[in-house]
Order: sequence, then C-alpha cells, then structure tokens
Amino acid sequence: MNRENNVYTILYASIMVIIVAVALAFTHQSLSEQQTKNVNIDKMQQILRSLHINASTNEAESKYNELIKNSYLVTPQGEKVEGSEGTKTSDPAFATDIAVDASKGLPVFEAEIEGRTIYILPMSGKGLWGPIWGYIAIESDGSTVYGADFSHQGETPGLGAEIATPQFGGQFDGKHLFRDNTFTSIAVVKPGQSVSDRDYVDGISGGTITSKGVNAMLLESVGQYKNFLMNLNAAKK
Amino acid sequence: MALSNKTKAVLLGPLNKNNPIIVQVLGICSALAVTSKLEPALVMAIAVTIVTAFSNVIISMLRNTIPNRIRIIVQLVVVATLVTLVSEVLKAFAYDVNKQLSVFVGLIVTNCILMGRLEAFALGNGPWPSFLDGIGNGLGYGWILVVIGFVRELLGSGTLLGYPIIPKSFYEAGYQNNGLMMLAPMALLLIGVIIWIHRSQNKELQETA
Repeated sequence: MNRENNVYTILYASIMVIIVAVALAFTHQSLSEQQTKNVNIDKMQQILRSLHINASTNEAESKYNELIKNSYLVTPQGEKVEGSEGTKTSDPAFATDIAVDASKGLPVFEAEIEGRTIYILPMSGKGLWGPIWGYIAIESDGSTVYGADFSHQGETPGLGAEIATPQFGGQFDGKHLFRDNTFTSIAVVKPGQSVSDRDYVDGISGGTITSKGVNAMLLESVGQYKNFLMNLNAAKK
Repeated sequence: MALSNKTKAVLLGPLNKNNPIIVQVLGICSALAVTSKLEPALVMAIAVTIVTAFSNVIISMLRNTIPNRIRIIVQLVVVATLVTLVSEVLKAFAYDVNKQLSVFVGLIVTNCILMGRLEAFALGNGPWPSFLDGIGNGLGYGWILVVIGFVRELLGSGTLLGYPIIPKSFYEAGYQNNGLMMLAPMALLLIGVIIWIHRSQNKELQETA
C-alpha cells in the first residue's frame, strides 16, 4: 500500500490515537486506586509532620486515625458548617482542597497531643515554578504555632525546595499569628533582616520568590481563618 | 551473548565519542535543571534510559508502516505515551520519587535526545540494535547527569544523596557551601569543563578553526 496516500495517513493517525487512548485509559483506571491511596497517605503524612511526627508510609494511616480526633469545615465567619464533621478520607474536611474549591467551607483538623487540642489548618499558595502548600498546627489559643510543614510541586532543588525541610518549617514553632488581638500573620524575611510589627522567620537564601510565596500564603490562607482563630482565642479567655 | 563490533559500537559509542550531551550537545536543558542534587539526576537518568530504549524499539518495529509526512507526530505520540506510562507507574509505586522529580518526568517528552535517536537511528534499524542504541544513549546522557549532580550537590550543599559529607569542622573553620553551584549557569560551566577535558583527550573531535 502507498504510504504517502492521504487515506492511509489519516487512517494510520486515527488508529494510533485510539490504541494509545485505550492503553492510557486502561493504565490509569487500573492504577488510580493505588494512586489515590498514595495521595491520601501523603496528605496524612504532611498533616502529621505539622505535628512534628514523621510517619512512614505504612504507619501514616493508623497514626493519623489515632491522633486526629475530629475534622470539619468552618465558614469564613468562623462557624462550623453543619454536618461537615468526620475524619474519614471521604468526609468533607479531608476531601476539600482549598486550592481548588473552598466554597463549602474551610477545612480544620483537630488533633489531640498530650491532652491538648491542636488545630491544623491547610494552606495553599504560589511559589516560583508552581503551587506550594502546607499545614500549620495551632495551639488552642488560636495564635501560637505548634508546628508547620510545607510542600511544593516543583521549586528549585537546593533553593526554593528547601521550604519542605524541617529546618525551615521548624522556625515557625512558638511564633504568634496574632499581636494585640489583630491578625498579623508571620513574616518570612530575608535571612538577617527583621520586622518589628509581627513575628518573623528567616526565608531561604537564593529562594526569594518562594520565600515571598510562603509569606503571602500565610497571610492569605491563614487569614481566611481569622475569625475562627479569634473565636478560639475568645473561648480560651 | 557475544556482541558483534557493530552492536558494541551502537551500545558503547554514546558513552564516549558519540555522547549525546558532550559531543552532540543535546538534552542540555534537563541536564541543567535536575542536577542540583544527585538523587533526581539518578532517577532522571534511569527514566530517560527506559523511555529512549522502548520508544526506539516501538518506532523501529513500526518504521516500515509510518507515513513519512506524519512521522514526527507518530514519534511524539509514542514518546508521550511512554512518558505518561512511566509517570503513572511512578505515581502508583514510587510516589516519593515521583514527587521529587515533579514536572521533569513529563518534560522527558521534550528531550531532544529522544527525537534525535528516533529520527537518526530507529527509523533505519531493526528493533534489537535500536534497543541497544536507546540504552547506550540513555546511559551516555545519564553518566554526565550523575557527574554534574555529584559535583553540584557536594560543593553546593555539602551533601550526597542528602547525607552530609563535608564535616562540621570545615564549616566551623569558615568553609561555606558554594551557592553558585545551585544555580543553572554553573551546570552549564561544568558541562563546558567536561567537554573541554573530553576533547583534549579525543583530538579527532576538535573542530579546526
């Protein structure tokens, strides 16, 4: 058959595309359960890391179920959304991705550590090359940070990617999100510099844009929870 | 299995005198992007080797049926399919590695070495030599990546595969990690140095001015 024939070319292209589509769809279908499980476990590991717990892939799920006592959605006004409670991966709090859609409410995870209740909030923002996100664990006074963990999709290894290290996340421990009852967030500044109007941590040298991204993420993502955190603080007093 | 001289040349040539990076200067983009740490460089080398080998085999088997006018598109579809498969498998079974490589697995599609080998070799040779050619070129690409990743991680972060190598006492004595090593231009300079050494050893590769 003439290989330069138009009909042959079109048929060849169509059949090839169909075969490839079927092959890819089949692979995706057969692997997607395992992939979703990986994604969920990864999310649990991140939440646990914000509590200073490094859980391996195998123990993440049991550890998560042991520590996370409750999770639910809250409105921007700081009130719990009716019927959103539940700690299963299919429940609204775990299934909601604030980077995609937070219209139903903002997720809050409650953990119990040494008899204290710790509130874990998800964060989502932009780095240099792509999305960055993280979890921040806050004491029941609504202001003191218990721990924080950051992740990224494709920040430069050795530079922006350093936000995912415990050295960076660990700096947030004990910092305060509120000063004089106003939400100030925590600033990420160039190493060696300082700010006086709020708590701050050192950014990454050579990772300026990513550091600024973390700064903006804290301000915006945690800022959405401002009312919820103030309610916590008021309940404490 | 004994290899004839020709197949040996196909497999081993790309490691040295026909190296895709330092002689043909292809695939530079990813060589700069993934080499600031050793581990992503290693995984990238393996992934590229697998994809080059198998896309070579597939195109070589199809070579007598592909319509000439759309051959680049056919090659692209084959490469993109393989890369998607690799990425799906990594996501299911090596989730952490996949997370580290992030976008670079997808970017294998745009690696010039792949298209170069498909055009230059697989379209004119049988599946078995094409497979060896793919492996050879993948490894030829890979060892340069590993060398650069090694130097950059050691001098830039003082670690190898994430483990600290440079002793604490060095830092206390005033030693500092070289931040320039973390930046892409330094990888280009390192490739230049490797090309320089390589050409000084292989006079026949030197261009006459």
